[in-house]
Amino acid sequence: MTNPTQPNSQPNAQPNSAHVIKNDPWFGSYASRAEDMRASEIRALFAVASRPEVVSLAGGMPYLEYLPFDELSELVAKMLREQGTKAWQYGSAQGDPHLRERILDIVRLEGITDAQADDVVITNGSQNGLDLITRLMCDPGDVIIAEDPNYVGALGVFKSFQTEVINAHMDADGLIPESFEEAIRGARAQGKRVKFLYTVPNFHNPAGVTMSIERRARILEIARKYHVLVVEDNPYGLLSFENKTYPALRSMDAENVVYLSSFSKIIAPGMRVAWMIAPPGIRHKLVLANESSILSPSNMSQMTISTYLDNFDWKKQIEDYRGMYKSRCEAMDEALRTYMPYCSWNKPKGGFYIWLKIPEGLDAKAMLPRAITARVAYVSGTAFYDTGEGADHMRLSFCYPTEERIREGIRRLSTVMDDELATVELFGTAKHDTPHEA
Amino acid sequence: MNPRVLILCGGLSHERDVSLSSGHRVAGFLEESGQWTVDVHDVDSTLVDYLTDPATRPDVVWPLLHGSYGEDGSIRDVLEMLDLPYIGSRAKASTLAWNKPVAKNIVRKIGRVHTPHSVTLPQDVFRELGVQSIIRLVVDALGLPLIVKPHKGGSALGCTVVREAEHMPQALVDCFAYGDTALIEHFVEGTEVSVSILDTGDEIIALPPIEISTPSGVYDYSERYTPGATEFIVPARLYEETLERVKEDALSAYQVLGLRDIARMDFIVDLDGTPQFMEANVTPGMTDVSILPREAVAAGFNLSELYSRMVRAVLDEHRNVPHEATSR
Repeated sequence: MTNPTQPNSQPNAQPNSAHVIKNDPWFGSYASRAEDMRASEIRALFAVASRPEVVSLAGGMPYLEYLPFDELSELVAKMLREQGTKAWQYGSAQGDPHLRERILDIVRLEGITDAQADDVVITNGSQNGLDLITRLMCDPGDVIIAEDPNYVGALGVFKSFQTEVINAHMDADGLIPESFEEAIRGARAQGKRVKFLYTVPNFHNPAGVTMSIERRARILEIARKYHVLVVEDNPYGLLSFENKTYPALRSMDAENVVYLSSFSKIIAPGMRVAWMIAPPGIRHKLVLANESSILSPSNMSQMTISTYLDNFDWKKQIEDYRGMYKSRCEAMDEALRTYMPYCSWNKPKGGFYIWLKIPEGLDAKAMLPRAITARVAYVSGTAFYDTGEGADHMRLSFCYPTEERIREGIRRLSTVMDDELATVELFGTAKHDTPHEA
Repeated sequence: MNPRVLILCGGLSHERDVSLSSGHRVAGFLEESGQWTVDVHDVDSTLVDYLTDPATRPDVVWPLLHGSYGEDGSIRDVLEMLDLPYIGSRAKASTLAWNKPVAKNIVRKIGRVHTPHSVTLPQDVFRELGVQSIIRLVVDALGLPLIVKPHKGGSALGCTVVREAEHMPQALVDCFAYGDTALIEHFVEGTEVSVSILDTGDEIIALPPIEISTPSGVYDYSERYTPGATEFIVPARLYEETLERVKEDALSAYQVLGLRDIARMDFIVDLDGTPQFMEANVTPGMTDVSILPREAVAAGFNLSELYSRMVRAVLDEHRNVPHEATSR
């Protein structure tokens, strides 16, 4: 390592014959928003998490083995034989009309009964939808209010548009309305433009909590009062463990909510098919933005999803998923109580994640190399903040590993935590932050 | 039929990602030559079966595993037991080079090669003798600034420069996340240079010392693997006699450690112009942003031809002399 305060060469050396090798000659030419796109040792560690020897409690990958691939492959082959020229052709920027009709059947389950197929825009996954709505609404420096902690993928999009993310706090009932209102008022008092609230109301990623019905009404009321758009990201809404669904914010307010959901968690993330439902003005611009971004979502993917929806009992499929994820959640909850009773967490009522508060003094990010050595992986809470906070939490996913693997993963994690705790106690490096409880 | 070359990479080390990238880059250049049938194996429990099955047994292996058993000699021991020729240093030499304090001790014995003052301390020493008293002792003995790093490992993982004694405990905790023993050495201010050494089949050559210049002054993981973040200047901006001395020291260290085929020797030339040996890498990074391939290209080598010559040399040598006699 070189001392930054010293000249990086010997005085009076002969530099004339020196040749400078630049790995990337465009390095000084990138937009300022690309500055943070750098290699990271933490990201590199996740390359190990993909190996089967490692119990990965890190990724939010749905468990796809339940899907009827044999029957589906025959039907998709038939679809290609009969409609191949359509499936492999460009499509509409708004998405395939038939799929948009089928999506209305899905959103009705969450109380959205007044939408029409024309209100729906298909996107390449919800990540594409987040990119589109941020592109439409935000100039650099504009404020987005988001929950604390926040979905890491959304943070990446917001950062890339050089927006400022202001956190509003959550508790066991989800986003706290007063905190939301305070965030709006605080930003406006500083002359900042608040563009939208980004919220994951159901089975939050990463916090696992769900916004209560009373709070939904109150959040919408505040949003209307201050004319702040609500972007509702709802990939997990149908994956409740209680045999019920919560009414979407969009079902309670069609004018001020842009709704995003996806087939990624309920059917297949590899298809990259998601949708948005938006008020007319925004929806018109979303279609144009989608066209300029990707021309059209993949017809092949959309028609494959439609084939599935048209031929299989997808509601039963989702019910099966609910049962499986519930069992895995319970296995993780039980393992945590057995092996790590000194931690705290909210037992989620659906979705994929437990947000674990680790003992004071531990740093989830710093501990990750030790965990990888012990063949277990998680996501450090720091990934869900733009501020360096979150080291006192980790996100544990129970969606992909079997119950047995979950128990083994938690057992390994407990030994890692014991070792790390012994180390930080020995060196007296315990930090004493008092984070917001989620 | 072309001889089969097997690239070993990936595995379960903290440097898996870099290793996969190194492996696939080298495989690409070897395939480009048209002289080899190249396979890439992400090392796991199927490896021995793969190496012994007549249908998959390679003619020659290029281990490109970074970190732990990739560089500590373990995998090379396995290859030697299977009598498979491979590119790179023998198992015993790799074991010595991988352990930074051991390698420094051996190199120091050459006499004229300098190494920074250092101590190697396992975590248990702090536990048994007291953290604060040991830290005080180390700071007094070596002087600030210090660098704390795992005594085995690469890619600057777990490394911290400590300029104030109060930051030592956190640096040690970060280091012990990667291993149970810390190498603590006086941080040498100066110019960071590397010398790549290659056996091309005809001769062993030391490429011109390359200077590593980073915007932050710290060549950490992010600077290493973000394209463009670091500039390499070749030859390093040093006096001619210093350049020669670095090359000589690199070759001396390479020889005394018993390395072969390919290695990267890292130095810091201090403010007095004295090269200080930092470490030897028996599996240097071969990614598109790594030092060795960039340096080789700057020296006029075509990577496809160079890598092929190296593989050919190892294969030819092994045909003439089996493993027992080839250690050098």
